[in-house]
Amino acid sequence: MSFNLAEYYSNLSKGDVVLAYKGSITSDLINDILEGVEKRLEDADEDGKLRKKIYNVLVESLQNLFHHIETIHEGIEEPLDPKFGILVVVKDGDLYKVTTGNFINVKRIKFLKEKIDKINSLSKDELKDMYKFILNHQRLSAKGGGGLGLVDIARKSGNKLEYDFYQYNDDYYFFNLTISV
Amino acid sequence: MEAINLDSTPKTPSIKFNQEEGVLEIKGRSIPENSIEFYKPLVDWLEDYAKNPLKKTLVNVQLEYFNTSSSKCILDVFKKLEAIHKSKHDIVINWYYEEDDEDMLEAGEDYESIIRVPFKMIEVVD
Repeated sequence: MSFNLAEYYSNLSKGDVVLAYKGSITSDLINDILEGVEKRLEDADEDGKLRKKIYNVLVESLQNLFHHIETIHEGIEEPLDPKFGILVVVKDGDLYKVTTGNFINVKRIKFLKEKIDKINSLSKDELKDMYKFILNHQRLSAKGGGGLGLVDIARKSGNKLEYDFYQYNDDYYFFNLTISV
Repeated sequence: MEAINLDSTPKTPSIKFNQEEGVLEIKGRSIPENSIEFYKPLVDWLEDYAKNPLKKTLVNVQLEYFNTSSSKCILDVFKKLEAIHKSKHDIVINWYYEEDDEDMLEAGEDYESIIRVPFKMIEVVD
């Protein structure tokens, strides 16, 4: 059976939900989410160090969506907002889980999968070296992305990136990325 | 020359230059989606400043957060400072980080290992 967006979203939004959003990922929305989560974490009296890590991971996750999600989704039979993406933050025991989801063209999967697998295979020191290498050697793309977002997320969270690609149709998959902080 | 003076916003830091004291200060959050656009005025200003810099320039960087898009622009800023330092003008970068913020300290050390300018890591205690 092909990927069911409604079912996916409702499964994701179970448990102690800090925030759940689906729709257009715009600059203003990013402001609102960051402000909201920051306040929630302060109210929950979380440790300052953890708050910063979560905030950093959120910024990079949202901006990854902002820079990379596709504006239009041809052949997807869902009433999607332009620049459609999903963000859910759930508290799971001592951990915060940040999940992003977006449709991705089948052509882009290989590159993304290899990048994440590579990041997941590296130790803390190797990640630091990779970060510094990209920082010093790669130009910013026109989109504003620098290829550093996922590396930074892995460094800050200290955990492996969990991901899945769910098939939607011949051209599109749904990309799920979960980061535990 | 024209001084640079930008106020902070929720996503961008304040940037101020004090000519009398020779202090450039970058302070706040740097998480814009389009960091190239934001940092261009500073990079341009530094290029101009490099033509006739003060004997000594102190650069205070006090960032609460910065995104990876900004990290490249901050490196560009530091490279401009490195060029000034190379031309026999003193530059010191004071990298501030909040107490226990190891990630921010480490970020400063990453830059220190790339840029040939003296860095001072300064812990800010509440």
